[in-house]
Amino acid sequence: MSDQHPLSGLYIHIPFCKTKCPYCDFYSETSTALIPEWLQAVKKEALLYRDQFSSFDTLYLGGGTPTVLDETELASLIEYLFKTFCFAPDVEITIEANPNDITREKLSVLRALGVNRVSLGVQSFDEQDVSVLRRRHTVEESAAALGLIRTSGFTSVGIDIIYGIPGQTESSWRATLEQAVSFQPEHISCYQLTMAEGTAFWERQEEGLMRLPEEEESENLFLTTSRFLEENGYLHYEISNFARGEENRSRHNQKYWQHVPYLGLGPSAHSFQDGKRWWNVRSIKKYCASLEEGRAPVQGSEQLSAEQFALESLYLGLRTRDGIDLARVRSSHITDTVLPQLLKDDYVKITGTRVVPTKKGFLVADQLPLLFV
Amino acid sequence: MISIRNFSIIAHIDHGKSTLADRLIQYAGLVDARQFRDQILDTMDIERERGITIKSQTVSLPYTSRSGETFELNLIDTPGHVDFSYEVSRALASCEGVLLLVDAAQGVEAQTVANLYAALEHNLEIIPVINKIDLPSADIDRVKEEIEAELGLDAEEALLCSAKEGTGIEDILEAITKRIPPPKGSPEGPLAALIFDAHYDVFRGTVVSCRVFDGSVKPGDTIRLMSNGATHKVEEVGFFRLIRVPQKELNAGEVGYIIAGIKTVSDTRIGDTITRDDHVAVAALAGFKEVKPMVFSSLYPIAADDYQSLTEALEKYKLNDAALTYQKDSSAALGHGFRCGFLGLLHLEVVQERLEREYGQSIIMTVPSVQYQFLLRSGENVTIDNPHYYPDPASIEKSYEPFVKVSILIPERSMGAVMTLCLERRGVNTRFHYPTTKRIEITCEMPLAEIIYDFYDRLKTVTQGYGSFDYELIGYRESELVKLDILVNGEKVDALSLMVHRDRARLRAVQICDRLKEEIHRQLFKIAIQGAIGGQIIARSTITPFRKDVTAKCYGGDITRKRKLLEKQKMGKKRMKMVGAVEIPQSAFIAVLKSDNE
Repeated sequence: MSDQHPLSGLYIHIPFCKTKCPYCDFYSETSTALIPEWLQAVKKEALLYRDQFSSFDTLYLGGGTPTVLDETELASLIEYLFKTFCFAPDVEITIEANPNDITREKLSVLRALGVNRVSLGVQSFDEQDVSVLRRRHTVEESAAALGLIRTSGFTSVGIDIIYGIPGQTESSWRATLEQAVSFQPEHISCYQLTMAEGTAFWERQEEGLMRLPEEEESENLFLTTSRFLEENGYLHYEISNFARGEENRSRHNQKYWQHVPYLGLGPSAHSFQDGKRWWNVRSIKKYCASLEEGRAPVQGSEQLSAEQFALESLYLGLRTRDGIDLARVRSSHITDTVLPQLLKDDYVKITGTRVVPTKKGFLVADQLPLLFV
Repeated sequence: MISIRNFSIIAHIDHGKSTLADRLIQYAGLVDARQFRDQILDTMDIERERGITIKSQTVSLPYTSRSGETFELNLIDTPGHVDFSYEVSRALASCEGVLLLVDAAQGVEAQTVANLYAALEHNLEIIPVINKIDLPSADIDRVKEEIEAELGLDAEEALLCSAKEGTGIEDILEAITKRIPPPKGSPEGPLAALIFDAHYDVFRGTVVSCRVFDGSVKPGDTIRLMSNGATHKVEEVGFFRLIRVPQKELNAGEVGYIIAGIKTVSDTRIGDTITRDDHVAVAALAGFKEVKPMVFSSLYPIAADDYQSLTEALEKYKLNDAALTYQKDSSAALGHGFRCGFLGLLHLEVVQERLEREYGQSIIMTVPSVQYQFLLRSGENVTIDNPHYYPDPASIEKSYEPFVKVSILIPERSMGAVMTLCLERRGVNTRFHYPTTKRIEITCEMPLAEIIYDFYDRLKTVTQGYGSFDYELIGYRESELVKLDILVNGEKVDALSLMVHRDRARLRAVQICDRLKEEIHRQLFKIAIQGAIGGQIIARSTITPFRKDVTAKCYGGDITRKRKLLEKQKMGKKRMKMVGAVEIPQSAFIAVLKSDNE
């Protein structure tokens, strides 16, 4: 953690999607009927935390699909948050957007409300991929949306893309990367497709109808991605995240990785403060009902022990190019045996006083943390 | 006047010994239906799960015969495994007769024969009982034929029962009273009581099970153990009726217990004679010998911190198991531990399981070994059971290994497979005997080491479960031995070393390398596993490193879940042993002990 106390982050979970994507395990409902009720509830929830969280320097509207909300709803939400909480003057306000929800009007309302970062769920610039992922937009719509975002005056744009999609080839993925770079976004998130339990893809995998790439191919895709984006001026600062320069890292997402406090409002949202983590119920109905009764819609919580905190710092740190502090490595077995071996095999390097994963290290980041315990 | 009958039930494993004991106990009314549970004499979990009796138990059954006479029938239950054959022989020495139980479907098996011989050695009255007659596959005529042909008994005298259904029980009780002779002995003579078992009671110390042959013993008497001359003052004597029932005295012919402030069971010797210090018996009862361990293995705590706790657990365990021997041992790979001696492989498994279950220990055991003898060029003779102390090969003049005589009973159709198995296991002097058509008894001489390594599992496999065997030690023979070392990334894992016959070394090395490859998880670097004799590599396998293992997304909702997964892996890691930078799971040490077909 840095020397000054970093300000907290505020996350709003907007649990509505017009259609469910078969790979996504974030909580959302396809009916928009509950939007008004949900909006009232979020406001009530915000009030509950008014004293506990004084000021934020990030606001992240995620989901779900935040752009399912119309201009009035978005304005009502954001204005209420501004009224309720304090925000730093340079606050980073991100909205996740779906390409075909975007209109010039909606974007200009968002700009006017202070939103200064748009993260667009493109997923792929390949038609076949987009159809495998059952997205409700075309590649053309994604490209048009990106143009619209730029011309609406947004100077911080992020693109989300996915690799390891069945049917995708190394060359088609490369083409998607090239397309993505051509829009000069400030931020690119490249997620390897994973099969999350409870999703439609997971079911298909269980039935043997769908398969993820083999280890070697997956390794190849990861390295290709990293190399290509670095050649194009992007910083590989976390396993799945690339920024065009240090200043374009996602300020909000880094809070998750650095144990900086954050408040998550909305169904299924997670919050963290003073070593305590809590999470909301994963149901709009229950969420609204709870707030109707004036109760926080918390489903569970945990207070991290020192050991748990350390373990989290370790694995979160080792997923980023910031790595972990050498001073944290205390056991002589690690310094005498493990670390030299990892250095020799090029899994980590030492930068200043930090142990930093290399690309090869990123590839096996799930294996690294326990070697330092 | 109450008449006494002392008897035992002997049977091949699974022929229903414990179930029959249950029925006899129920018939005697020692326990009401509500409190009853199956295998009532098998008090250990491991006995109940495996359906075997490890520790003998004794119970006195009151019985009134059809003619109105009252009896005290002492059932001396015996362990049902060849590892405990000495204990069985002492239990039999305490009886006048046995029920020889034969499964109506399985028929006579190797241990039925071995048990019969043991009973005959003690001149016991033998009552053949055919059990499980309720089974659809029961073939009473065939079994009767086997009893005549293979056991040489009169099948006309065999009783029929189904212990499970409770049929034929009274006939058995009647037969015990009529056919088994009452005990002889002189009540006025000097005390001579045979110790056939001892177990430890936390409150009372050692409870000695014994059969009084001559004289009597009562609280206040000073008894003397004839093997070592130790004396103890008797606190309590009594009968076993599932619980201990104190009596004024134990008299000639009776079976019961003595509590005399004896601290541990190791202070008593099974087979020893108890006499009275003030009226010493002229001679000890025959048949006493010191039991010697046959199989050796080292035992280590999984976490080095648990050494103290393991030490305490072993001390406590030893209170109740005189047959186990142990001394300190240490290994570069596994730290401090103990070298233990066992009666056989089952005894080893029992100790391991009980230490884990009843004493909460997590342990790793090394490959079991027999005791080898070496004649060194210096003329010195050494006996070694631990590969760690294997002599410098250049100094060895001759090596010797223990041989056993194995008798195997199989269906005719398994002949080829079993002969091959015996040949593989270096069997010699093989002989065949056809007790009945379709059945073959094979006897051969084989190194003990070949028996303790998965022989029983293999025999069961090649005979589709119908083969059975029994063995006895016949002495040491010259043999060409080598020490096989296992190296992980060039580092010798001392706990995996073993002594083995030269001809078997390569096969064992390949098996172990393959096993370890399955058990050691992939890590971040390549792992080479090698089997070597001296500097010569005779087998190898390689574990490829991880190429990619990382979760794509890690935001607010993923952090707790991911930490929990790591915490779980971290717990698993505590059970790993580090060899250099390689993590070897406990399961790898266990896997090298297992046979191929498990």
